[in-house]
Amino acid sequence: MSPPLPRRPRHLAAFLAAACLTLPAARGETLAVMGRLVHTMQGAAIPDGVVIVADGKIAAVGPAAGTPVPEGARVVRADVVTPGLVDAHSVVGLAGWLNQDQDQDQLDGTEPIQPELRAIDAFNPRERLVEWVRGFGVTTLHTGHAPGALVSGQTMVVKTAGEPPTVLRPEAMIAVTLGDTGRPEGDKKAPGTRSKSVAMLRAELLKAAEYRRKRADPDAAKRPAPDLRLEALARVLAGEIPLLVTADRATDIASALRLAEETGVRMVLDSAAEAYLLLDRIRAAGVPVIVHPTMRRAGSGETENASFETASRLRAAGIPVALQSGYENYVPKTRVVLFEAAVAAANGLEADGALAAVTIDAARILGVADRVGSLEPGKDADLALFDGDPLEYTTHCTGVIVDGRLVSDGPR
Amino acid sequence: MRTAPGGRVAGLPWAVAPAIRVLLALLATTAAGADAEPRRPRAFVGGRVLPVTSAPIEAGTVVVADGKIVAVGPTGQTPVPADAEIVDTTGRVVIPGLVDTHSHVGGGRGGDSSAPVQPDVRILDSINVRDAGLRKCVAGGLTTLNIMPGSALLVGGQTVYVKLRRADTIEGLLYRDPAGRPLGGLKMANGTNPQRDAPFPGTRGKAAAMVRQKFLAAAEYRRKMAEPDETKRPARDLELESLAECLAGTRVVHHHTHRADDILTVLRLREEFGFRVVLHHVSEAWKVPGELARAGVPCSVIVVDSPGGKIEAMDMSLATGAVLEEAGVPCAFHTDDPITDSRLFLRSAALAVRAGMSREKALEALTIVGARMLDLEARVGSLEPGKDADLVVLSGDPFSARTKVLSTWIEGERVFDRDDPADRLLAVGGYGAGRDQHAEWCCAGGDYR
Repeated sequence: MSPPLPRRPRHLAAFLAAACLTLPAARGETLAVMGRLVHTMQGAAIPDGVVIVADGKIAAVGPAAGTPVPEGARVVRADVVTPGLVDAHSVVGLAGWLNQDQDQDQLDGTEPIQPELRAIDAFNPRERLVEWVRGFGVTTLHTGHAPGALVSGQTMVVKTAGEPPTVLRPEAMIAVTLGDTGRPEGDKKAPGTRSKSVAMLRAELLKAAEYRRKRADPDAAKRPAPDLRLEALARVLAGEIPLLVTADRATDIASALRLAEETGVRMVLDSAAEAYLLLDRIRAAGVPVIVHPTMRRAGSGETENASFETASRLRAAGIPVALQSGYENYVPKTRVVLFEAAVAAANGLEADGALAAVTIDAARILGVADRVGSLEPGKDADLALFDGDPLEYTTHCTGVIVDGRLVSDGPR
Repeated sequence: MRTAPGGRVAGLPWAVAPAIRVLLALLATTAAGADAEPRRPRAFVGGRVLPVTSAPIEAGTVVVADGKIVAVGPTGQTPVPADAEIVDTTGRVVIPGLVDTHSHVGGGRGGDSSAPVQPDVRILDSINVRDAGLRKCVAGGLTTLNIMPGSALLVGGQTVYVKLRRADTIEGLLYRDPAGRPLGGLKMANGTNPQRDAPFPGTRGKAAAMVRQKFLAAAEYRRKMAEPDETKRPARDLELESLAECLAGTRVVHHHTHRADDILTVLRLREEFGFRVVLHHVSEAWKVPGELARAGVPCSVIVVDSPGGKIEAMDMSLATGAVLEEAGVPCAFHTDDPITDSRLFLRSAALAVRAGMSREKALEALTIVGARMLDLEARVGSLEPGKDADLVVLSGDPFSARTKVLSTWIEGERVFDRDDPADRLLAVGGYGAGRDQHAEWCCAGGDYR
C-alpha cells in the first residue's frame, strides 16, 4: 500500500480532475467490476461477484462464475464493491473549502424565510470538496442551502462527477431550521425565540395555502401574480417536495412533528440530536430522519446531548434513517459520510445498517432510489471500490465509478 | 521481564526547602484522599500488551502498585504479587494512557483581547475541572493533556500539563516540578489567527518583529536576574519571567502554525533565541520535511476529515504523519478538542495509518512522542517499570473503527469504566452527557447527574 502521493496531494487532485474531464469516450465504455465481495444492497452480498457496466448503466450483477463478461469489457478489480455512496445531507458545492466570502453560498442572512433560493443556482461542481468526498466513494450528494435560517432555501440531489454532473432532483427539499441555530444574530431580528420561529413558519404556510387557492382560480384574471416565495411553499403544500427540518432539541423536533400533522406537509427530519427521546412519535408520524454526522461535536446547547447511537436507535425503532456529512463552518469544512458510517456501524448500526444508511436508505429518503443506491440492472452505474472493509478507517477507497465512468482510482 | 529497582521512590532534590517538602506532601495526601487505605497492587493479565517502547506481547501481564508500573512481561513469566487484584484482559489490548499535546477542554481561557503578547497569563487559573469535556477525555483513553490557551494572540499564555485524575480542583490534576511548581509550556501562534487591528499585528512581518522585540527584552531580563547581587536585580516581571523560562529551556514553546512559510518563521526565531519548541497543527509540514528534520523540531499534527475551512489549512493532508515519519521528524497527534472529539483520538492515528504512516509510529504518536514534547517521558507515554500506571484497556485493535475503550486507569486507579452507566453516557453521549459536574466524586451525598 502506498500513501496517496503525500508530497504532492494537490497535483494528484489536479491529475484526477484532468483525467475525468479528458476521457470523452469513457461513458460508453463497458466495464466488468469484479469484487471479492459485492454489496448490492438488494439481498445478501455476493461473494466473488461481478457488476457489468455499459452505457452508464448497470447491465448485470451476479456471481462471477455465472455472469458472462461481454467481449472487450475492461476489467476492474477490488476487494469490496458497494453502490456509490449517497451523502444524504451536505452543503458541499455551495460551501467551498476556503471558507471565504467568495466561496460561501450556502446561507443568505438577509431574510429569515427564503424558500425561493435554488441550490442549482449556486452549486459549483468543480469545488474541491466535491472531489474530496468523491474520493471516499460518494457519488451522490444531497446538497443545498444550509441550516441556519428559519427557511434558508432549496436543496438538490446531484452526482459528484460529470460534465456537467447529472442532477437527479433540482428541487429536492426546502431547508427549515428550528431552535437556536435557526435564529439570526442580533437582538431585534426575528425569529428571536423558538415560539416565534414556529409562528412565522405557520403564518407563511397559511399565506402559501391562500396563494395556492387563488392561483387555482379558473378565471386567470383573478389569479395573483406569480410569487416565487409562495410558489415554492405551495409546492410543499401540494406534497411535491418535503420540508427538510433541522431540529436537534426534543422540543424542536416535537414542534416540527406538530407542524407536519397540522399542515399535512411531507417532512424529513434533519440532524435530530435528541431524536432518541421521541422514537414513538417520529415513527407514528412516518417521518424519516437524516441523522447528524455520527461524530458531530457535542459542544453545548443544541447538540450537547448528541449520541453516537442515535442512528442505531432510530433504525431499531423502525424509522427510516440515513447518514450525512452535515454542515461545518470551520475546520474541517466538510466531514466524510464514509467515516460517519464507520462510527455508526461501531455504535449499534452494524455493517448492514450503516451501509444501507449511506446507500439505498438514503436514496429512498431523497426520492432517487429508482436511479441510485443499489446495484441492480437498469440503475445508474455508480460504484465505490475498496481494498478491504469499507467501514474501517484504514481501508482505502480504490476507485469510484459515476454514470459508468471510472472517475478516480485512488487510493484514498 | 523488566522490573523496577526495588522500592525506589523518586526523591526530591536535597536542595528543596523542607517547608516546600511538607507542602508537597500535604498536596499529595489531599490529591490521593486523606483516608485512602494502602492500595492493593493490580495485575492486568492475559491481554495483548503494546508497551510502545518495546515489542508487543501477545499474552501479557502488567503489574502496578502504588500508582506505578512494577512489571511488564509475558503472562506466566511475570510474577504477580499474591495480594494483587487481577484484571482479566484476555482478548483485550492494553496500551499506555494516551497523551494529547493540544487540547482546549475544561472551558479555560488564556490571554484576553487586550494585547497580542500575554505570557504572564496562566490557563490553569481558569479551568473548570467539573467540565463534562474532561471526563469525555478519559472515555477516549486520554490520561495526560496539554491544555492550551487559544491561537488568537501571538503569545496566548502559559499552558498546563494535567493528569486526568479524579479531583475536585485543578491542583489535583497538575504535574509539578521538583520545587512544586505547576508544569506547562507557553502557547504562541503565527499566521492569520493573531492578525487584526492594532495593537495586534496586521502582517506576518509585524508579528515576527513584535515577538522578537519581546524575546530580546526577556533575554536582557534573564541576564539581569542572574546578577549575583540580589539588590541589583530588576523587579520580578511575570511576562518576562515566562519568556525567560523559554530561553532557559525549562518552559517549552507550543507554537500554532499552519503554512510552510510560517513554520519556517518559527524555526528562524528558534534559531535566533534558542527556545525549545513544538510545532502544532502544521498543515503544510509535508512541504518542508527536510527543513524540519534538519532543525530536529518535533511536530504535533491535527488530523481532520477534509482540507480547508480556512485558507491556511487548504493544503492539509492526511499523509502528513507518513511524510514526517519518512523524514525522521518526531510526530505526535493532538485533538485540539473541540476541533476533534477527544473520545475519537485513536481515530486520528488510524487515518494517518490509512495515508501511509506505520502502525508503530502512529501508536507512538499518541503516547511516547507526545510525552517527550511535554518533557514527561520519564513518567508517562509507555508501559515500562517505574512509570506511572496510566493505561487503557481496549476491546481490540487500536486502529479499528469498531474498537472501544473499555477502561482507563490513572496511577493504578480506574477513572473510566464503560460498564458503568454514568461513564458509558459520557463515552457514547445521550441525554445529560453535556452537563458539567457529572462526576460521582463531586458533591458528596447529592445526586447531581
